[in-house]
Parts: sequence; C-alpha cells; structure tokens
Amino acid sequence: MKAGQATTAVIGGGLHGLACALALVQRGQDVVLFERSWIGRRASGATAAGVRTLWRDPAEIALSLEALERWYRMDALVGDDCGFRAGGQIKVAESHAEMEALAARSARTRDLGFHHEELIDPRELRRLAPMISEHCVGGLIARRDGAADPHRTIAAFRGAAEGYGAVIREGISVMALEPDAGGWRVVTDAGNWSVRHVVNAAGAWGGQVCRMVGEAIRFGYKASMVFVTERVQQAFGPVFSTVGRPLSFKQSSQGTLVVGGGIQGWADLEKGSTQVDFRALARGAAAAQTLFPAIRNVQIVRAWTGLEGKTPDLLPVIGPSARAPGVFHTFGFSGHGFELVPLVGEIIADCIMHGRSHYDIGAFDVARLLV
Amino acid sequence: MLKPDLLIVGAGPAGMSAAIVAARAGLKVVVVDEQPTPGGQIWRGVEANAGTSRGRALGAQYCSGLATVRAFRECGAVYWPSTRVWQIEPTLGTYVTGPGGTRVITPRLVLIATGAQERPAPLRGWTLAGVMTVGAAQILLKNPGSVPSEAVWIAGCGPLALLYAHQLVRMGGAVAGFLDTRPSTPLRESLRLAGRAVLRSSGELAKGASWYAELRHRAGRYVPGVVDLQALGTDRLEGVRYRTAAGRVEEIRTSLLLIHEGVLPELHTVRSLGCEIQWDAGQAAYRPVLNEWGECSHPDILIAGDAAGIGGAEAAVHRGRLSALRILQRLGKVAAEPGMTEENCRTALARALALRPFLDRVFRPRGEIFAPDDDTIVCRCEELRVRDLRAALAGSVGPNQLKAFTRAGMGPCQGRQCGLTVAALIAAAEGRQMSDVQPFRVRPPLKPVRLCDLAGLADEGLSS
Repeated sequence: MKAGQATTAVIGGGLHGLACALALVQRGQDVVLFERSWIGRRASGATAAGVRTLWRDPAEIALSLEALERWYRMDALVGDDCGFRAGGQIKVAESHAEMEALAARSARTRDLGFHHEELIDPRELRRLAPMISEHCVGGLIARRDGAADPHRTIAAFRGAAEGYGAVIREGISVMALEPDAGGWRVVTDAGNWSVRHVVNAAGAWGGQVCRMVGEAIRFGYKASMVFVTERVQQAFGPVFSTVGRPLSFKQSSQGTLVVGGGIQGWADLEKGSTQVDFRALARGAAAAQTLFPAIRNVQIVRAWTGLEGKTPDLLPVIGPSARAPGVFHTFGFSGHGFELVPLVGEIIADCIMHGRSHYDIGAFDVARLLV
Repeated sequence: MLKPDLLIVGAGPAGMSAAIVAARAGLKVVVVDEQPTPGGQIWRGVEANAGTSRGRALGAQYCSGLATVRAFRECGAVYWPSTRVWQIEPTLGTYVTGPGGTRVITPRLVLIATGAQERPAPLRGWTLAGVMTVGAAQILLKNPGSVPSEAVWIAGCGPLALLYAHQLVRMGGAVAGFLDTRPSTPLRESLRLAGRAVLRSSGELAKGASWYAELRHRAGRYVPGVVDLQALGTDRLEGVRYRTAAGRVEEIRTSLLLIHEGVLPELHTVRSLGCEIQWDAGQAAYRPVLNEWGECSHPDILIAGDAAGIGGAEAAVHRGRLSALRILQRLGKVAAEPGMTEENCRTALARALALRPFLDRVFRPRGEIFAPDDDTIVCRCEELRVRDLRAALAGSVGPNQLKAFTRAGMGPCQGRQCGLTVAALIAAAEGRQMSDVQPFRVRPPLKPVRLCDLAGLADEGLSS
C-alpha cells in the first residue's frame, strides 16, 4: 500500500470497524483504519459483552442467529475464542403477568419461524440458577447464547486484521470527507488519504461522519453503565436479564460479577467525556440483589460508562449511504451490537465488493433516519 | 447536614486542623473519616493511648496530637467516623457509606486530606503470608497494642521504618535485624540541602541520629546498603535473601518480614476528579498541582496534608489551616482565633518543611523499586508479573490499554498497589520521563462498596 492511498478507509477503531477491516483485507483489499483515540476505547471496551440472540427486535433475529454461529467458530475466524462461553441467556419473569408477556413473545417469535427462544418453568429456572430468588416464576431462555471477554475480542480482531495486512492508525482524527476522482479524500489531522470507499464505523459519532458526506440523520447516543464486583465463589452460568427491571447480570470467566442493563450515566459527546451516575446505577444494584439476595454483601470494585450511538428505532445502520456513493455505514447499534460483530463486517465487505449482501439488511437502511 | 459549606475528607492532622479553623469561624463543616476515632495514621488512637504506658512508648510527638484531637471534637464540625467516601462527582456530589448507611452529600467546597500511603515496592515474594508493611505493623502497635512476640526483621528505607523500630523497642519488642535499603548518600551534599534548617532543626536531626544509633546498638543485626531483596517461601515466608553493599549474598530465616520504602501522597480521590498531577523527582512520587493555598485544577476542591505532597504531620497542620483560611475568604468569613493569620501559618509551614529536602535526599528510594526483575509480581490482585506486563507493553500504548490487555489494576485495590510500578515500567520501556507518563485512569468507586449499600440508594426495588 502506498502511503496516503488505500482501497478503503474505515473510520472508527471499535469492534465493528475492526471486523470490517478484517473482512476487507481477507478479501484482498487495502484497508486503512483511523481511530481517534485508541482501539476499543469506547463502547467496545466498555461493553458487558453479552452474546445474545434472546429478546432481539424481530428485524435483527436472523442476523443475530447467523452471527451466533460465528461465535462458535471464532477461533477459526480470528485465532482466539475471545473468551466466549455459551452458558445461555435467560430473561426472568418475576410475576405471572411477566410470564404471560414472555409466553406471548415466544409465540410471536415462533410464528416468525424462529425457535431459539424457549419458555422455562420455575423448576428449570432453579436448576439453571440455584441462587435465584424464590419469587421468580420462570423465564425465556436462549440456550446457545452466552458472553465473551471484550478485551480478548478486541485484541483478537485487531491481531487478525493486522495479520492480514490492515493498517491501523491510532490517535488520528478524520476531519472531513471530500469527493475525489473515483472516490474520497479522507482529510485527517495527520495528512490526507485517497480511497475508493469509506466505512463509517464511528459509533456514537456515526451521525457526525454522516454529516461530513451531507447525510443528516436523526441520531442520539447512549451512555450505558456497567459495574463489576470482586471475584465470588458462586457459579452463575447463564446471563440474566429481567422483564421488568433494568438488569443484565453475569459472572465473567474471572469470577467477577458484571452488572449492566442499559442504565444511563452522563456523557458529553463533544468532549468525549463520561461520568458514572451512582444514583441511577443503584437501580441495577437493587435489581441484582432482588434476583440474587445472597450477593448483597459482595463488593463492587469498578464502574464505568460507555458511549454508544443510538437510533430512534434502536436498530443499527448497516449498508450503503443513501446519498454518497462509496460510503458505507455500520454504526448505531444502540447498545446491542457486540454479538453482531463477526457477521456485520462480512456484510459490509460484500456490499463494498459485490454491491450487495445476501442477508436482508433492509430494516437497517440509513434512509429511514434522514431528516 | 447533607448540604454543608465544607466537606473534609480525612480526620488526620490536616483535616482536623482545617475543620477547627473553618467550624470556629461559623462554617457548616462535615468531616468524614474511615477510622473509628480521629487522628489519622500518625495520631491513630491517641485519645485512648495518651497518658498510658503505650502512649509514652509511642513518644511525645504522638501524644502531642491529643490537643488537636480534643479541639477538633469540640469545634462544632459534624464528624462521621468509620465512614468511607467512595465517589465524588465533578459537581461535588459525594457518596459516603458508614454506620448511618449510604448518603449523598452536596457541599459547596471539598477539602481532601487523605494523607499518605506507603510506596508500593514490589520485590520477589512480597505477596507471601508473613510479609507485611511497616505501616500496617505500626497500626497494630497503636491499636490493640500488640507487640510481635518474636523479634522482627525489618527491610527498607525511610523515617517510618526507623520510628517503628524505635517504638517497638520502647514497647518491649525486639528487632532481630534491620536490612537498610537506603542507598548511601554523600553526607555533605545532603546537609547542604538542609541548609540553615540544620541549625533550627538540630533537635530533629539529633533525634533521627539517635534512632539510627539505637538501631545499630539494639537490633540483632544492622546491614546497610542492602539490594536485591527477596522474600523466600512457598506458601508463607520462610526467609529473606539479599545482597550486601560488599556484594555478598546472604540469607536469613524468619517467618515475619516488615517492609517499607517511604510514603506517597494518597492521590486516588484527587485523580478520580481529573485534578492535575505532576511528578516530583525529589520525592520520587506524583503530587497534585496546587497553588499556595492548596487549590488544585478543580475550582471547588482544595488539598492539604500529605495528600498535597509529603511534608509530615507538622506541615499538614499548617497546610490544613491555610486551606481553611482560603475557604473562609472565599465564603466571606474570617477566622475566629486572633493568631490564625496567613502570615503566621506560612511562617510555621516553612519551618515545618525546612528539613524536608534533606530528608527526601537521604531517604530517596533505590532505583530497583521502580524496575523490579521479571519474576516479581506487580499487580497483586491479578497476580501479574513484570514479564507479563512487559510482554503486553510491546503492543499497547499507555497504562489504560495495558490495563485492558492484562487486567493489571482491575482488582479490589483499584491500581493503588501497581499503578506507580506500571507507570515506571512504561516510562522505562518507552524511554520517557515519569513526568510524561500518567498512571491508570481512576474508575469509581474510590473504595469498594457493598452491593447492598449501593442498592440502598435506589428509590425502589429493595428486597429486604
């Protein structure tokens, strides 16, 4: 690759940017990836790393099931299993009304032809989660789901992409995108690059990259919080969420408990700064304690706030730009993009190289968000 | 008192002195401290010990803290003992958990007086049971007054190690041996640093010299210029190996080793707020960037005492008072005591700090501490060795990525034990100065907090 020239420039060094870069270099393209701070600095490094097909928006189910298969052969894809453990994901019902909601959901998904979610009764729930509170009446489980290690995932995707020849430039900001003969000029704070294609994988800043190519969209951000405890002896296999509370609860492979659930902290997109709001996070702690009363004395050792793009319908933006030929989007995963990482990179690579993907990505078209 | 004028974190010499000035002047002051009684580390338990034989053994300087503690008790400040501050938001919302449960305080100003911590000094085998710090051992002397039944081995450098040995002997304990890791310093150069302070502080100097003399006389063995210190054992400490100044490798058998390599400002709270810090080469430590009042880069936070830079108890008292005077000025009040003027405080502070450059030079830690060998554990929580971190350093930039790669600093100590060593390893690997390397970003909470204590803040969802 000549300095300042590449076939494709990827903007954003989170997992989706890395996965795109990997898929493109595997298909023989020259790729340069620009990351403003460092690889995995934002949502990818802050995620609770759930590998979840459970309770997805119907529009995402097919993609998430396809992505899940890739998690089972991650080692072959990126040279590491990324710490993926398939302990299942369970949405817990705390009342009969909630159990009915789960049953209705289950019926709807089956009608759509999907069979990955299964209703479980209290006995099966207690078999899977012996420490769960007495009041829980059942749940909905996706048995092949699980969770991974976010930092191992970042390292593996980065290593694989670089191994195939992707050029990763950290600490470089993209300032502007200008149409250029047959492609785009990427104006950065460290010189210009001429490329044919641009991938917008800028996460919370995906809307700003859209504006660079004249594509104003309705777009916001999420500042979801996570906290982690000291290591505990108890074994919690599955990842737990609830119908009625903001909670995602799991035990990491290190033995710590990782609690999230989309409770919002504070963020300043312009400064790129975030702040934990413990008053809000208390609801997550209360929910975890309600589900598992035995953990009430476990010590919380760290908490943080991620920063992630959010669309009005909470579906990602995947596919070509509506207005700028040669620009492709993969951002706005609205807090549930981690599981989709190993698939979406391939989809974007196919869009770039073949003009289309054989997956149905119509629901993720940026056109729906144009103002 | 959830909206006081001033919140003071720490009831040591600086925190108490500031509280006395501020409360007497009419401010609403809340003082939060982790210990059950006031005094900080230096005057820990002084109310119970002063006037007893234990108090006398701990010395006159220790007992002198009683007057400050009494004045603090009576000054009108609200005092919450046994209470942890585990989060301060940039808008000063402060989360504390104590016997009264978890509360959020929103003061107008915050004074951080969290004191010092012992400098983490990784050596091979330092995680073995039977190895503890001199600071921890001194806590035992002051609290339950338990004197180790066997003669102890002490290895290290710094006034606290000498003071401990002195106090231990006075309380009937015995020093089996003192492995002095202090690098030799040209006496003339050091004394020049003390300058005219030598004349004014001759008493202090004489006291230090007498501790040394006592140590050489009373300790079973005194070994100067020790390097390559290593704790031996499989499950617990069995012995210590070291090299003498003459280059001879020696080994002793012991089941207890006390280590100490000086003290550092406790900066966890300060750094969590993004306050600017700088590397102080003289003290081989990071310290906050402060003006002459203790004001830092956050407009509503002040820092006093050893957290502002190591100065000792006497300096902490005067720094605490100066910060309080500044706070009074900012909130439109004046000090109630006639002699409590800026000028008097500055004169007293200068006197208290006069000997400091000399002490810093004489007790400057050996370079080995910042460059332990490959086999030494750096991050105790995650049991990571120097070699693990060096390997990860090849592919990462900066401490925060190193943390993500290796989990160093992610455990319950939150990087307090490994942060400085990691910064030093990065500086060495990249040929940079410590002043160019920042330690890990601090993640909240500042101290571990029980799940139920956080849950208690939620409006709904309590199961109990």
